[in-house]
Amino acid sequence: MIVVQPSVKLPGPDDVTRTTLPNGMTLLVRENWANPSVVVSGVLRGGSANETREQAGLAQFTAALLTRGTTYRTFEDIAETVEAVGASMSVGSGVYLSTFGGKCLHEDLPTLLELLGEVLHSPSFPPEQVERVRGQILNGIRQRETSTSAVARLAFWSTLYPAHHAFAWPLSGTRETITALTRDDLARFYADYYSPQGSLLIVVGAVHTPDLVRLAESTLGAWRATPRFPPLAAPWEETDSLVKLREVRRQSMNLPGKTQSDLILGMPGLSRRHPDHLPLAMMNSVLGELGPGGRLGTRIREDEGLAYYARSSLDAGLSAGPWYAYAGVSPRHVDRAVDLILAEMRRIRETPVAEAELADVKAFWVGSLPLDVETNEGVASELMNMELYNLGLDYLYRYPRLVNAITVNDVQAVAQRWLTPEAYVLAVAGPEGQ
Amino acid sequence: MTATAPLYTRLANGLTIILQRMTHAPVASFWAYYRVGSRNERTGETGLSHFVEHMLFKGTPTLPGHAVKQAIEREGGFWNGYTGADSTRYFETLPVEHLDLALRIESDRMVNALFDPEDVKSERTVIISEREGHENSPGWRLSEEVRALAFRVHPYHHMVIGDKADLETVTRDQLYQHYQTYYVPNNAIIVAAGDFEPAALLARIEDLFAPIPSRAPVPEFQRAEPPQAGERRVHLTGPDSTSFLQIAYHTPDVSHPDYVPLVMLDIVLDGAAPQHRATRLYRALVQTELATAVSSSQGSNLDPFLFYLSATVREGRAIEAVEAALLQEVERVQNDGVQAGELARGIKQMRAGAAYAVETVTGQASRLGTAEVLGDYRLFDTLVDRLQEVAPADVQRVAQTYLVAKNRVVGWYTPDKS
Repeated sequence: MIVVQPSVKLPGPDDVTRTTLPNGMTLLVRENWANPSVVVSGVLRGGSANETREQAGLAQFTAALLTRGTTYRTFEDIAETVEAVGASMSVGSGVYLSTFGGKCLHEDLPTLLELLGEVLHSPSFPPEQVERVRGQILNGIRQRETSTSAVARLAFWSTLYPAHHAFAWPLSGTRETITALTRDDLARFYADYYSPQGSLLIVVGAVHTPDLVRLAESTLGAWRATPRFPPLAAPWEETDSLVKLREVRRQSMNLPGKTQSDLILGMPGLSRRHPDHLPLAMMNSVLGELGPGGRLGTRIREDEGLAYYARSSLDAGLSAGPWYAYAGVSPRHVDRAVDLILAEMRRIRETPVAEAELADVKAFWVGSLPLDVETNEGVASELMNMELYNLGLDYLYRYPRLVNAITVNDVQAVAQRWLTPEAYVLAVAGPEGQ
Repeated sequence: MTATAPLYTRLANGLTIILQRMTHAPVASFWAYYRVGSRNERTGETGLSHFVEHMLFKGTPTLPGHAVKQAIEREGGFWNGYTGADSTRYFETLPVEHLDLALRIESDRMVNALFDPEDVKSERTVIISEREGHENSPGWRLSEEVRALAFRVHPYHHMVIGDKADLETVTRDQLYQHYQTYYVPNNAIIVAAGDFEPAALLARIEDLFAPIPSRAPVPEFQRAEPPQAGERRVHLTGPDSTSFLQIAYHTPDVSHPDYVPLVMLDIVLDGAAPQHRATRLYRALVQTELATAVSSSQGSNLDPFLFYLSATVREGRAIEAVEAALLQEVERVQNDGVQAGELARGIKQMRAGAAYAVETVTGQASRLGTAEVLGDYRLFDTLVDRLQEVAPADVQRVAQTYLVAKNRVVGWYTPDKS
């Protein structure tokens, strides 16, 4: 096994400037003059975890309205300003965080930051835009309702997590909740949760750091807002033991007229900050990622030809997300695919992975760092992880050592702790009920 | 950024080579392009090119099974293969010090792919599963019907993945024959972009690829689509509750002088920025709440392809009204022309897009290779300059020439009433 220290200059304390603006926004800047673009990536604390089940979709509906009009500009003005220079700008929302950002040529950065500041501090929620966006969300929900993969995914999450947890309902809401939400609901959610306090702004690209700091201060830094409700406490502290699953739960969703079935099989997992995270992520890579989709892809796709894709994923984030395997198969092969997934789960629990298999994962994870940070987007994503999960700015410097320290025994231990072939959720959506 | 022009050369065996040095990061991307795709397929053998692409990931005597995928990932790289209408391509993107691995893989599987009958058997069902996944999507099903209706004669009539009847029946020998015919150096293009010394890389490419003998020129399969003499329509129904609309007009190939003004027409209607909200189509269809999404596109193909208008119908709106509004936007260009300012704005968007497109070695290499397949590796780099020469009257003229009723196919997808 040869894992060399990568030859690339990794982002870290040597070339990343970290500062906090007076309004509470943390700013990270990394210069890159290899190309003429700049990437801006920001997050605010607040998302669907701050809405109720009866208001499902509120956080995402609110975020969608931010670029739809401000005190100073109409939706058309905003769109024209961004698109005329070939830039992009967006505001979105997840479970715990709302996101904002964009990309532009360096000469257009002042325009982009000024606009981002304006949409964050002065959204006007124009009533006609609320209705327009509502129709778009409802159309998206209708499309989701007849997508086998989306239906299987929703059934999986809503079966695995308790009804009161945001994981149990879709980020985009339901027909009922989206129809019922009002303009006032959106404006109130904005006033309650949108604040620069605890927010992050990451800028990577063709910028001089001192210029950027001044520009950030005069645009986004000018945003002063105190949220009425503070964001949720660090969610990983309360949700690592959110779910205890003791049995098999199956959900079959019949979608007549479709050709293929999508299946998801999984169980509760952990947060990004859990000490088991790194070994469990490596276990997942062996089981369902590397090469043709790890051991699952090898068995289900390559050996038996049952599926175009069969993989697994560990959704570890700010709170404990699940581990799950997923595949798209012919309805008549669903049972066989499930058997193979369970067999591979048992095998990786019972028999230590080969040293060579683990060495492959380590070599890929460390060796691919130069590609991970090739682009401004890639660097921004790494910096975001360092901040969100308190990994430290020197995380990528330490990363090869952390990865190489994991042993086959560590991997088996976490497989035994987290994979439960006798207790799982299986969701299937396809043309025949299973 | 790519300050210097790429090294462009051809070996004695006919292999075309394009090497672009990029120094922004210590990485490199290596691509093998073959001038074969669904365009070359006859009825009864549809999907053959894509099937062959799958088989090239099933091993050679020296790199059996998944050894290729493993070897690349072990060096921190990633890989993939794609089949299109006009070409089939494979790539590896790696830390530059491991670039040699990509050369060894591609020179090996240009001639030594195994096509083991057992692998053909298991891959057949994988590809049928891939097709069935597509069939779950109403947009894909509509595209397939519109294409089939637009091309009665030309092989663009079938989707790249092929018809299920052929996927079930093509034999190992047909696949191997296809491989033997088209995977020859005189039908291939090697493209690399990254932080290497082009002369040194060329020498190494010569070591590995020059010994591969050239073969007979690949057979030309030309069945030109005759002019369409009347509007064709298809109304598809299915289990989805949303309606979709596609309108496709026959337009020329990339080498035709009208290709560039047609690209400008696409930009005028739909913009060339990453987002498309300040465009003629968005204002006319989405802002009016007739549709929730709308777009246009001009195909860049070796043979005459299609100019598409597509829309997702908003709940409660009639698909007839969406079609009328889309056609009205076409008529506006035909009757009233376009403004010079719209063209200038499109140029700025294209310049930004061109800068973004070459930020990665993977993107740059694929851009050069795709352009070379279409006749000239500089095609996309020079496109912005050529667009600058387009006058408003040119845009109006191509709209009047090509976007007419008798030259179009209109496809509807609406919910099954039963």
